[in-house]
Amino acid sequence: MKAIAAHLPALQVIIPLLGALLAAFLRRGTTAFALTLVVSWIMPFVAGAMLWQVLSTGPISYHLGGWEPPWGIEYRVDALNGFVLLLVSAVGAVIVPFAYRSVALEIPEDRRAWFYCMHLLCLAGLLGIAVTGDAFNAFVFLEISSLSTYVLIALGPDRRALVAAFQYLIMGTIGATFYVVGVGLLYLVTGSLNMVDIAARLAPAWAENSRAVITALAFVTVGVSLKLALFPLHVWLPNAYAYAPSWTTAFLSATATKVAIYLLIRFFFSVFGVAIDLATLPVAGIMIALSLAAMLIASFVAVFQTNLKRMLAYSSIGQIGYITLGIGLANQAGLTGGLVHVANHAMMKAAMFLALGAAFLRAGTVTLGELAGLGRRMPLTMTVFTIAGFGLIGTPGTAGFISKWYLAVGALDKGWWILVFLIVASSLIALVYVGRVLEVVWLHQPAPALVAASDPPLSMLLPLLVFGAATIWFGFDTEWTAGVAATSVKTLLAAGR
Amino acid sequence: MTALTTLIEHYNYVVTIFLMMTGLYIVVARGNMVKKLVGLSIFQTSVYLLYIEPGKIIGGTAPIIDPAFGVYSNPLPHVLILTAIVVGVATLALGLALVVRINEAYGTIEEDEIFEKDREP
Repeated sequence: MKAIAAHLPALQVIIPLLGALLAAFLRRGTTAFALTLVVSWIMPFVAGAMLWQVLSTGPISYHLGGWEPPWGIEYRVDALNGFVLLLVSAVGAVIVPFAYRSVALEIPEDRRAWFYCMHLLCLAGLLGIAVTGDAFNAFVFLEISSLSTYVLIALGPDRRALVAAFQYLIMGTIGATFYVVGVGLLYLVTGSLNMVDIAARLAPAWAENSRAVITALAFVTVGVSLKLALFPLHVWLPNAYAYAPSWTTAFLSATATKVAIYLLIRFFFSVFGVAIDLATLPVAGIMIALSLAAMLIASFVAVFQTNLKRMLAYSSIGQIGYITLGIGLANQAGLTGGLVHVANHAMMKAAMFLALGAAFLRAGTVTLGELAGLGRRMPLTMTVFTIAGFGLIGTPGTAGFISKWYLAVGALDKGWWILVFLIVASSLIALVYVGRVLEVVWLHQPAPALVAASDPPLSMLLPLLVFGAATIWFGFDTEWTAGVAATSVKTLLAAGR
Repeated sequence: MTALTTLIEHYNYVVTIFLMMTGLYIVVARGNMVKKLVGLSIFQTSVYLLYIEPGKIIGGTAPIIDPAFGVYSNPLPHVLILTAIVVGVATLALGLALVVRINEAYGTIEEDEIFEKDREP
């Protein structure tokens, strides 16, 4: 047991990686699904054990292959990425049972094993980004997760999925390449790729050649922002989410952008922020301006969408705005709010996209006009959709309220009243686009085409109910979300100047 | 004059940045999906140069410790870029595979024609 415990950080990546390989050899969809289920359910235990160890004894430093950092690759887990790892693996585990029926409906039999193979590769890549303490290693994992994501999206049932995947491939590769340019410049000025080591060597480099460091910061920020779909670098996201298989959309919306956000926070607060006073650069101003644009414009665009998956995709861009707003505020309450929203948005959006996946199974469509009265046919599914919708709006008693509360406190700490009004304004826009769906689904007479529709089988219903319950649970009990987030923010801000 | 000398002394960076911008321009300006991928490849390749160039130290030799030599070139960028090349090849292969599928589904690989065919009626 002890021998395994020492290698937890490596296992976090190796298990899904080997699982992906095995899934490719299995060839049969059902067995590949069983394998995915087993692998995904191991991950939260690994991540949970690590987070527990971090919270009780401090950060874990794992030397890959026994090579001492900064020469070898170091996997470094502290409260921040322990939190992200647990979030990604927990969402990955809860969501799996849903796949069985949903994938059987949307993916042809001969491609199912490959589909699960790509899913596990994507999971390995995302967990890898979160666990590694090496800037170049993070790039490799970024590309592992991105390349598998392109394939997952292209497997969507509509031919437009192919074009969406291609566009994402172009944008994603540009983003990753920008990131590599930034890391390359950092390597040129510091001679290191280990994030902790870069942070330590950056101060003299900054004094000597500030222009190169600023350029590196700009490249890393733009590259990662493309991945996390920061407005206006979001254009790949709506089509990718709208045409990907339902289950993949739910998984990606809850994990992929969140891991990119983690990487940005890591670079801002643990690498650049340690050596440079970021307040002397216009970073925060730009982040806040773009976040506000996302919260207002992207949410506003969501109001006019008829394809509900696309509506939720635009809503995701708006919600990511809240998270980056927290990064821009960069004070205890604000950044905690951003981090909490990483977790809260993950479960709310997963719930909503899964509900749409269930609706697609029963009704065969996610176009708003054709779903009239669906609430009476699929009451449990639409109840979860409603709860998560209230979470998006930020109603007290849901998880969404907690994040917005912290963000508002963070804005007030800075004395920026206007931000509080804009957060409320953006919530009102969310009320419009969620309310519009709720009206059609609950108050209209059921459409004749939906007569046979009913709640989905248990395998699909359970993940939905778990996310719905989590949305309410974490609206009251904030120890595991806001508590852990506040701890990691304290460390982050203490490391900066 | 000093600006010009800096430019000439760092001509390798000039070449790198020229390639980088060329690649990025092709990706943005061309509607043909294969040409976009060509641009993307040029863009990625320019980054390989950005890493490799500074690894070379004038008068330096391969990093095998020997009393006869005192100056060594840095081998790490080569290793990193070997990985990046693999990633680049995988991206290009996947991109081309997608273009083949798009051509089967739409009968064209011109972006504006595809958008025309997908316009909601």
